[in-house]
Amino acid sequence: MNVLMFGWEFPPNNSGGLGTACQGLTKALSKQNTNIIFVLPKEKPPNTEHCIFVSTNTNVNVRYLDSPLLPYITSKGYEKLRKQNTSYGTTLFEEVHRYAELAKQIAENNKYEVIHAHDWLTYLAGINAKKVSNKPLIVHVHATEYDRTGGNGINEQVYEIEKQGMEEADKVIAVSEYTKNIVVSKYGIVSDKIVVVHNGTEMEQHQINKTTEKLVLSLGRLTLQKGVDYFIYAAKRVLDLRNDVTFIVAGSGDMEHALIEKAAELGIAHKVLFAGFLRGQQITEMYSRASVYVMPSVSEPFGIVALEAIKHHTPVIISKQSGVSELLNHCLTVDFWDVDELANKIVAVLDYSVLAEELRKNSVEESKQYTWEPAAKKCLALYQEVRSW
Amino acid sequence: MVSVCFYFQVHQPKRLQKYSVFDIGTNKSYFDDTKNKTVLEKVAQKCYLPANRLLLQLLKKYPEFKVSYSFSGIVLEQFEQYAPDVLQTFQELADTGQVEILGETHHHSLAFLYSKKEFKEQISLHDKKIKKVFNQSPKVFRNTELIYNNELAKLVEKMGYKGVLAEGADHILDWRSPNFVYTPKNSKIKLLLKNYKLSDDIAFRFSSQYWTEHPLQAPKFAQWINAINGNGTNVNLFMDYETFGEHQWQSTGIFNFLEHLPSEILKHLDNNFKTPSELTKLRPVAELDVPHVISWADVERDTSAWLGNDMQRSAIQKLYEIEQQVKSSKSESLINTWRKLQTSDHFYYMCTKWFNDGDVHKYFNPYDSPYEAFITYMNVFNDFTKKLKEVSTWQRKKQKLTVNV
Repeated sequence: MNVLMFGWEFPPNNSGGLGTACQGLTKALSKQNTNIIFVLPKEKPPNTEHCIFVSTNTNVNVRYLDSPLLPYITSKGYEKLRKQNTSYGTTLFEEVHRYAELAKQIAENNKYEVIHAHDWLTYLAGINAKKVSNKPLIVHVHATEYDRTGGNGINEQVYEIEKQGMEEADKVIAVSEYTKNIVVSKYGIVSDKIVVVHNGTEMEQHQINKTTEKLVLSLGRLTLQKGVDYFIYAAKRVLDLRNDVTFIVAGSGDMEHALIEKAAELGIAHKVLFAGFLRGQQITEMYSRASVYVMPSVSEPFGIVALEAIKHHTPVIISKQSGVSELLNHCLTVDFWDVDELANKIVAVLDYSVLAEELRKNSVEESKQYTWEPAAKKCLALYQEVRSW
Repeated sequence: MVSVCFYFQVHQPKRLQKYSVFDIGTNKSYFDDTKNKTVLEKVAQKCYLPANRLLLQLLKKYPEFKVSYSFSGIVLEQFEQYAPDVLQTFQELADTGQVEILGETHHHSLAFLYSKKEFKEQISLHDKKIKKVFNQSPKVFRNTELIYNNELAKLVEKMGYKGVLAEGADHILDWRSPNFVYTPKNSKIKLLLKNYKLSDDIAFRFSSQYWTEHPLQAPKFAQWINAINGNGTNVNLFMDYETFGEHQWQSTGIFNFLEHLPSEILKHLDNNFKTPSELTKLRPVAELDVPHVISWADVERDTSAWLGNDMQRSAIQKLYEIEQQVKSSKSESLINTWRKLQTSDHFYYMCTKWFNDGDVHKYFNPYDSPYEAFITYMNVFNDFTKKLKEVSTWQRKKQKLTVNV
């Protein structure tokens, strides 16, 4: 099976779970006799090591397009970036269209049976490739504009592209039932056109020696979608009861300054540490110190980080408004807005060591089944289905 | 001759309400009265009232028909509080003279495994309650969830019981049949064993479409009873009373089955009905050695549903650790609350062993997860120990004052 895949980031040049997901899925697919031509917009010239890494370990062929697109960028953020570099198009949408134009050429020059496009920035490219080649198109919904904005201030242009992609696709992949519901209710797509393929994780188990300090970790982009402000409010509630707990906010994003100010305003700045964007070994070290990981997302299509925290033997508290909560039994869940309940559960994990231990033991065991292999199998079955039409 | 012995368990826990760390020290009540009332009323409508009505008719129609019940003390208290009409129909049943009431721990507790002193106190509390409500003195004992071993038999024998119930588990019976009366090792008390196959045909499999015997009707079941003639003296059908109408809904035909069962069984002239006390008059066929604890729960027939993980074990150990302090507080309300926290259901809700498969057990769990159950329970427990400490300190001060005066 040969697949033309459109993405926009790939580790190590990724800023969130999307690149990780593309890497995990493509690796697993390549082990199941799938050849993938992976098209990427370029933010900076490719680093050779990365290219070798991808092409030697898998059958993935990473191709770079000349485009400054970033996966999680907002229109506003793009304007800022644009001011620093004038050789690109003037708006994010121009870039999306330019990427889609360049996709035609790639679609013409390659052989494949199926087109697979990851998230809205690549949907137009996918549609163009379909027009050129007459091959079936699958769009993969990792997130929607509803998740990114929490439902407030939806960008109509983004919404339109998402909707168009879902409509013109032959099949839509949603990363969770949670996301499928959004695709049905907000985009009006018929539910039998949508297939749920849960993400996995290729992360190995990290047996780590936990320290005894009481440290609560949140790790993710600092955007409205991730609900880190609720984490800060919950920290305040916990610190109302006791002062032997430290909170760590790891990640970067457009809310960083607002969050730092919020912590200061609540008088807990000395107890809430902002660690910035972490990678690799730094993440492992952070987990080894964390008593509990919290994912307070306002709307989380999946939430791979929760699985990664578990692989690092860390008990997790996750938002009920998340896809991963459909999979995990051995975790604590909260409504993202229920700050007191989040604080209650944080204190429980810190105070009741048997609870933390039981969660840790059972979630590690449970997470073993959530690899990329079943996800790749489902995708492959879907490729075969649409190809035979 | 085969005697059919029915025993129905009637129990509803006093469920806790959501109790957060921020509720500690606020005097928020522990128990979810609204939910407990709602559940009791629901089960009354679906099970207790229609089943009692039917059994009352059957007992009148067939004077040879007999059944037995065991009630937890806390379900009786809840009947008094929320559904006195239900209690009245149970009393009518007891007044027929064809119904025996068994003894158990008042708070449906696991006290036998943690404190023999508390175990005995709860039995005597229960005994008083049964006398008051039904004007009967229990002669046969059934421990919570049929938890049983040699030691339990000895203990209740000393307390004057003539018989004790247990699960007819394969691993204790081996080649032997549950359809006889036994005695425990080195005891004279009679051991009555549940025929789990025939009991579970009604309690669990009755409505199962995948079961080859489905649909089960009274004549077929009576034939299975008849077949025991010559191979046993008695068939003990032990089950939750909620089987009728709650676990097996009315639409499954369970009431219809029950309605026709006595007449079908009595068609065979060698069949009759006996209460547990009547069975204790039979001669035991052998001694049965049960050194390890068994129960009627799950395939394991052990205590792992309540004590299978560290959360469960840690929570219950902490509860019994404070027994002495609670009792010496002499505070009736503290002692009573401490006892309500002993109800086995609280620990059952923390069970993780079936959590993966979305088992039917989830149906009985008011919590989203066993972890939530544990958090609520421990927060309540921490508030309780705080109150206990306050009362103890106050009493010490008072004592000092009295001495000084």
